[in-house]
Amino acid sequence: MVTAEATPIEVRGLVKRYGDLVAVDQVDLDVEPGDVFGYLGPNGAGKTTSLRMMLGLIRPSAGSVRLFGRDPQVSVKALEGVAGFVEAPSFYPYLSGRENLRLFAALDGGGAKGRIEESLGIVGLSERAKDRVGGYSHGMRQRLGIAAALLREPRLLLLDEPATGLDPGGMRDMRDLIRELSASGMTVLLSSHLLAEVEELCNRVAIVRSGRVAYQGSLAALRAEAGEGYLLRSPDEARARAVLAAQPGIRDVTVTEEGTRFAAADEAAVGALSLALAEAGAPILELTRRHATLEDLFFSLTEGDGVGPAAERQNGGDPAPAPVEAA
Amino acid sequence: MNPGVLTIYRWELRKLRAQKRTYLGLGAAALVPIIFVVALAARNGQPEDVAFGRYLHDTGLAVPLVLLLFGSIWMFPLITALVAGDIVASEDRNDTLKGIFTRSVERHQIFAGKALATFTYAIAAIAITGAVALVAGILVSGFNSIVSLSGTRVSATEGLGLVGLSLLFYLVPILAIASIGLLFSTVFRNSAAAIVGTLMFSLLVQLIGILPGLGGLQPYLLSTQFNAWQGFLRSPVDWEPVLRALWVCALYAAPALIAAVLVFLRRDVAGD
Ligand SMILES: Nc1ncnc2c1ncn2[C@@H]1O[C@H](COP(=O)(O)OP(=O)(O)OP(=O)(O)O)[C@@H](O)[C@H]1O
Ligand SMILES: [Mg+2]
Repeated sequence: MVTAEATPIEVRGLVKRYGDLVAVDQVDLDVEPGDVFGYLGPNGAGKTTSLRMMLGLIRPSAGSVRLFGRDPQVSVKALEGVAGFVEAPSFYPYLSGRENLRLFAALDGGGAKGRIEESLGIVGLSERAKDRVGGYSHGMRQRLGIAAALLREPRLLLLDEPATGLDPGGMRDMRDLIRELSASGMTVLLSSHLLAEVEELCNRVAIVRSGRVAYQGSLAALRAEAGEGYLLRSPDEARARAVLAAQPGIRDVTVTEEGTRFAAADEAAVGALSLALAEAGAPILELTRRHATLEDLFFSLTEGDGVGPAAERQNGGDPAPAPVEAA
Repeated sequence: MNPGVLTIYRWELRKLRAQKRTYLGLGAAALVPIIFVVALAARNGQPEDVAFGRYLHDTGLAVPLVLLLFGSIWMFPLITALVAGDIVASEDRNDTLKGIFTRSVERHQIFAGKALATFTYAIAAIAITGAVALVAGILVSGFNSIVSLSGTRVSATEGLGLVGLSLLFYLVPILAIASIGLLFSTVFRNSAAAIVGTLMFSLLVQLIGILPGLGGLQPYLLSTQFNAWQGFLRSPVDWEPVLRALWVCALYAAPALIAAVLVFLRRDVAGD
């Protein structure tokens, strides 16, 4: 379904200052047609603020946003074919869920009105649609927010932490829905700090920290960049760690809940390690190869004291492995 | 795809119909004349020092006119501000601007729809007070002729026309108050602050009018325009206060509306 068309989202040098605080700092983003783009970052990283600028809700201090080539700051026409919400979607509490959707559909014009019941059905709210939104639970409002976005038949969907407040079934439904929408050709940008969600859904990610993009590229490239690691479990952790520390070719030793993780120069170094452990009297319960999860990378990018210059850490999506930054 | 201001206006009215404060305002507009007439029927006295006060027992036509005089101090400004001060601020309270700003209508259209709905509400409030006051007044004091401010007697039917005209013209300063309420609602983003602010503004203007040495400002105060309708109750009609009310009220309303639109167009919707 994806034809050659203007880039769904093109963000250049985006900055938002609140007094001395720089909430969004020189962000460049490119979201291509068909992408499910994950916008990842810890609390206060500037995800919501960026999305607000993309939707034309707040004015950038500098930089620009183009949605399919149009500027949402100039006219709401730029939001044609675009839908989404920031933070928890909000509604008129004194109107019913269905009335709220009718209102939005009226403001959308066109055929939006005819999609109300279908949208309510998709998010599983048909039964409760007659009740006042004031009495809705957080998760129900979240679902209604998705329904309100679907009314617009968007080609581009911007979702700010869509899974917050949803029960496990709701989260699964949400993931299935996003996959389905993406398969039908929709471009999706979703902000999240749920790494599992992003790993499962997204083909490309940007990781932001303190308003700056710490990484942007394909998930495959990110995985490659993260490199591989090993996991060691031993009943005598202290002794095992002493061996690890002394062993040549073993580095980045970290203790996690699962066990001790480390990186190895090559497989031979791991083989030598197993012998050294046995010799030292540290039994091996498990010694396995582990792919770094997005989580590891997330922490190494968002927590370590040095964030490399954002520009340096961006790569355009082609797997161009660079050594992972030491946390 | 843009559905236009009329659609927004209709939905703003629908939102007003779903909110308690609308009924609070319109209910007060209906209740005040009833209480007034009941009190009037229960006691023989009447306010002598107010224009038309002494005719309250002679003709029901005097009831709405006396209410217009009393209501201008704070009642009608309050009833107007109740909705005008809330119609934008309530979007901030419910954080709903982000929803309606990301549909297919421009911000200025949303503001226009809100302003029209506010004016409609204010018109309804005055119409309700007028209608209830007339009906209750006629029931208690009868549908009789009334003496105009220049001392000539006017027949009941002609008097009814003049009362209608007066109510209609009363809308001019009321809509100016509504515009100021809209401005405060947009700027303060808090309905209590906007309602109190609108009321304070209306009271302060009256205060200026009674300050010694500032009497020269009197004709240009917004509060004075609430009496302009009395021009219709002179024979011949005194057009001077009527015409002045038109441009003075426009001078209050237009800058307020323009400022409100500019703030509404440029503001950040940051959920704070
Ligand atoms: N209206 C505002 N006024 C002042 N500061 C603000 C405002 N909005 C956001 N900020 C600040 O900007 C920074 C980024 O906030 P933002 O809400 O974009 O973060 P986020 O990435 O969405 O976080 P979370 O994961 O908690 O939702 C924060 O430090 C926040 O305090
Ligand atoms: Mg956020």
